[in-house]
Amino acid sequence: MKPGNKLEKPKDRKGTLLRLGQYLLQHQFSLLLAIGMNLAGNLLALAGPMLSGRAVDAIGAGAGQVDFPKVFYFAGWMAACYLCSALLTYMLQVLMLTISRRVVYQMRKDVFSHLLSLPAGYFDTRQTGDILSRISYDIDTINTSLSDDVIQLMTTIITVSGSFIMMILVSRSLVLVFFVTVPLSLCITRFIVKKTRPLFRKRSQALGKLNGYAEEQVTGQKTLKAYHQEANRQKEFDAFNRDAVEQFYRSEYYSSCTGPLVNFVNNLSLTMISVFGALLFLYNRMTVGQISSFVLYSRKFSGPINEAANILSELQSALAAAERVFAILDEEPEKADEPGAAELKKAKGQVELRHVTFGYEPGNPILHDLSLKAEPGSLVAIVGPTGAGKTTLINLLMRFYDADSGCVAVDGRRVEDWTRSSLRKAYAMVLQDTWLFTGTVYENLAYGRTSVSREQVEEAAKAAKIHSFIEKLPQGYDTILSEEGANISKGQKQLLTIARAMLLDARMLILDEATSNVDTRTERQIQAAMRKLMEAKTCFVIAHRLSTIQTADHILVMDHGEVVEQGNHEQLMSQNGFYKEMYQAQYE
Amino acid sequence: MSMKHLLQIYVKPYLLRMAAGLVIKFTGTIMDLFLPWILAYMIDHVIPEKNTSQLLYWGLVMLVCSFLALAGNVIANRMAAKVAGEIVEWLRHDLFEKVMYLPSAGVDGWTKPALISRLTSDSYNVHNMLSRIQRLGVRAPILLLGGIIMTLNLDVALASVLLCLMPVLAVIMWQVTARSVPMYTRTQEAVDGFVRLVREDIAGIRVIKALSKTEYEKERFDVWNRQVVERERRAGMTTAILNPSMNLILNLGLVLVILAGAYRVQAGTSEVGTILAFLTYFTIILNAMLSISKMFTILSKGQASADRISQVLESEDERQLELQIRNWMEEQTEASEKSLPQTKRYQTEEAPFVAFRDVSFSYHPGKPVLQHISFSLKQGETLGIIGETGSGKTTIAALLTGLYQADSGQILVGGKDIRKQKFGELREQIGIVFQNDTLFEDTIYENVRLGRELEESQVMKAIRAAQADEFVREKSGQSQEQLNIRGANLSGGQKQRILIARALAGEPKVLILDDSSSALDYRTDMELRKAIRQEYSSVTGILIAQRISSIRHADHILVLEDGRMLGYGTHEKLMESCRLYQELYRMQTGEGRMP
Repeated sequence: MKPGNKLEKPKDRKGTLLRLGQYLLQHQFSLLLAIGMNLAGNLLALAGPMLSGRAVDAIGAGAGQVDFPKVFYFAGWMAACYLCSALLTYMLQVLMLTISRRVVYQMRKDVFSHLLSLPAGYFDTRQTGDILSRISYDIDTINTSLSDDVIQLMTTIITVSGSFIMMILVSRSLVLVFFVTVPLSLCITRFIVKKTRPLFRKRSQALGKLNGYAEEQVTGQKTLKAYHQEANRQKEFDAFNRDAVEQFYRSEYYSSCTGPLVNFVNNLSLTMISVFGALLFLYNRMTVGQISSFVLYSRKFSGPINEAANILSELQSALAAAERVFAILDEEPEKADEPGAAELKKAKGQVELRHVTFGYEPGNPILHDLSLKAEPGSLVAIVGPTGAGKTTLINLLMRFYDADSGCVAVDGRRVEDWTRSSLRKAYAMVLQDTWLFTGTVYENLAYGRTSVSREQVEEAAKAAKIHSFIEKLPQGYDTILSEEGANISKGQKQLLTIARAMLLDARMLILDEATSNVDTRTERQIQAAMRKLMEAKTCFVIAHRLSTIQTADHILVMDHGEVVEQGNHEQLMSQNGFYKEMYQAQYE
Repeated sequence: MSMKHLLQIYVKPYLLRMAAGLVIKFTGTIMDLFLPWILAYMIDHVIPEKNTSQLLYWGLVMLVCSFLALAGNVIANRMAAKVAGEIVEWLRHDLFEKVMYLPSAGVDGWTKPALISRLTSDSYNVHNMLSRIQRLGVRAPILLLGGIIMTLNLDVALASVLLCLMPVLAVIMWQVTARSVPMYTRTQEAVDGFVRLVREDIAGIRVIKALSKTEYEKERFDVWNRQVVERERRAGMTTAILNPSMNLILNLGLVLVILAGAYRVQAGTSEVGTILAFLTYFTIILNAMLSISKMFTILSKGQASADRISQVLESEDERQLELQIRNWMEEQTEASEKSLPQTKRYQTEEAPFVAFRDVSFSYHPGKPVLQHISFSLKQGETLGIIGETGSGKTTIAALLTGLYQADSGQILVGGKDIRKQKFGELREQIGIVFQNDTLFEDTIYENVRLGRELEESQVMKAIRAAQADEFVREKSGQSQEQLNIRGANLSGGQKQRILIARALAGEPKVLILDDSSSALDYRTDMELRKAIRQEYSSVTGILIAQRISSIRHADHILVLEDGRMLGYGTHEKLMESCRLYQELYRMQTGEGRMP
């Protein structure tokens, strides 16, 4: 269903782990501190059973013979240990929370920065919802895993080795029990991990698809409503939903066994410790207090192993999520500026295309061998039926895409020899698809140039005949434009983007159907301003209303990706060709 | 309303299955609890008798218990996962349904990013909560309760020391949860913010790049990113109190138990084996409490999300709204029928097919967008609407489709008041292209068909009439071509033609085109109009346009200014009577030197 789902790269678990590790390692110091605190906290907690064992031994003499000073002594130490351990645990959790949030912050930042550096074409083929799913849900999964699991993993290592040492101190023979149970735990864990890894990957994918679908449908909700498609879309959504839930269940099916399985191993070891401990006691090789300490330690020992198994299965979901996040980071960004690329500062505005051929998909060229030259300050108009490749030309001029062959040059230099950002800054553009963001009217207008005064902004708005409309808004220029600019009409949006372009200090101007949704009277009223906007700039104008481009220095008539005619209005009219036909059509 | 309400509806039908799982889990967990009890029995009774075969017998019993515990827990966990999945599937289904049927005013109010994050991240949080709560939530309280009962059984006095601690623990849990839920709600709100920003920036990537604003956008993102992380950290810090504080209190309780135990052993009212078993149960109770505290963390996060979801579920959707309106209307009609039977019959005979009767509307009270609009069309007639940007043209289309409800006046479609029409009845008569319409990620064919039960011939006919035939065939030889997301490999005009084909394909009685040929060149536009006239001659059309040439042949033309009717009539009539119209006409044609 999705063309965006290309074959995924082979999964490299170690690589993913290493990259995750790198994020953590940026906080080396905090991590070391955390390990230290964890160690101390756990050692204190470990001392607990030993102390309680001693206390029990002191009681153990039986009725009337309890050694109270000893009991109190050990009880006091126990209380102190637990208090310190609790404090340390809290501090550790806060520390880990801070680290993990920093990692998440950094990750989201990296992903977002990378997204912005990707070629515009990337977004044409991806579902916004799937990208959103990665930047929110997947990173969240990693985050949960980091803040909880890393602590647990550390605890596990410390407690397991600590308990092991303690148990050896208590009774060497009983430790033999673990030669059965530990390998058993390991086998179980391995089995579960192997089973769940691919399942978690599928779970992330299914959720991504569900999110992508939901995003698309909510975006087009109005249309779906108008065509009474609610019920049909529901069916499709249900299928995605079903799949997401099913994948979730499948991964749970195995991962939820981990706990009981490892618990089983614990019970097994308890059984064995009881039987063998009792036997040892019978042969006077152990005291009751020792059995008690041993049992407590064995719980401490296998408890974390239990947790570790859980963590490993949770880590699988984190890894699956990380793979998807890194997949974005691995996307090829826009090519870096070539070495020696110059800043296009005071552009003269000469633009030239030489034998340019280009297509979005290989083997399906949209522009064939196109050549054209625009002198500084000239007006180039591009006309033709829709789909003739006019907007594609803009993509090439702005370097959203690079030509397959031939070259585009500005001021006599190939566009590749200018830095990308300076090249783009040399253009001002007003596109057919207006874009406003959630922010005040003022912010939206001053978007292209930050060092612009309030007066200048208002002036531009007045010239674009949108000032009185803005004044009528509840907070004037400080009114927040709501999501997707829903509270203003499309024509008004175009006027706002025109005002935005007026504030730019660019030598070249692109107008792609800039006024297609503006009514004629307003269009007339802003003509003076438009002329001022176009003054002394090299302009590329795409328009359907041929009346607006009659004064162009050069008119390109495009059809099917080729320039079929070119010249000025008079020349074209006298050619009696395609242009004339189009021109006459508007008065029929 | 809140999560409670949500649980009442969605969890109730599953209570039986959940209870079955609980019983199984209960059995398994009881087996877990038997083990330390057997251990105590062995130490206190079997060992003193020095009976090895008895010892092995009890060892075997322990082994059987271990197996039963394993089986019970695995089965119960899987059942829990299944139930959680089914509940969430159902919940998401209902949520999506609600969102799809949400009236436009509702969507404006919630905003799309907020609805999207409810469907995605919030529903996921709830899923996680349900699944994990069942796993921990069944086991932990049983372990806790079982542990307490066992300790009571062992030694009431010692157990009561532990029981005294329970209220303290409950207060801590309650306090922490009460504080953290609003914190998680605020976190989710920040998530809405960053979802909105990412969506916006993906949509505007070309502008951002063109203006070299990537750094600025990164800063804007940074604000949200920081906020999400910071709010989450604060919420996390609050819930992080739970674990160590409970641990501490319970461990201090343990110390008390040992002290009390010492006195009791001294007095001969207790035995060492009992204290030993007590300590083992104690570990179980401690772990159970820790699980419960973990549960509360999950619960807080889940509750924040569940609340957000139930807010949407409880809002009124169009079906409910239309039912209310229809009922109200029917009452009104019945009343008026009784009083004015004559007028009514008269009206039905003369009823126009599509009409506005003195309609006024505002999105926000006190800011009227349309005032006293009236027009009327017979079947097959066409209305052209022209007016300045922001004069309310698009709002007329929205009202005709029932996306918003008029404040006053009457709207007729298909000769019937739209408020009296059943849900779906109105829209089935209409084919519409909005100004900012959506193409879905699917084939061109499917985008035209849009899920409706249409014949292939109907779809092809519509594609031809919309002048899309040529480029569709050129692209693939047929209309099955897979279309890139948002039709990115199509030009603006091509997209518009596919949208027009979509509107025509259902052979609607009413066709509404809202400035939807603005990206078409004159020739294509003209041919399109000609094709609609010929192929869909009975359609009643509403054309909203900027160019007079697009609407001059319409039977009626409505000239709008600031939401008011400035003129209404035929082209000829308006040319005589309406100044604005004359001016527009002059501007649009006068410039050309051609006739």
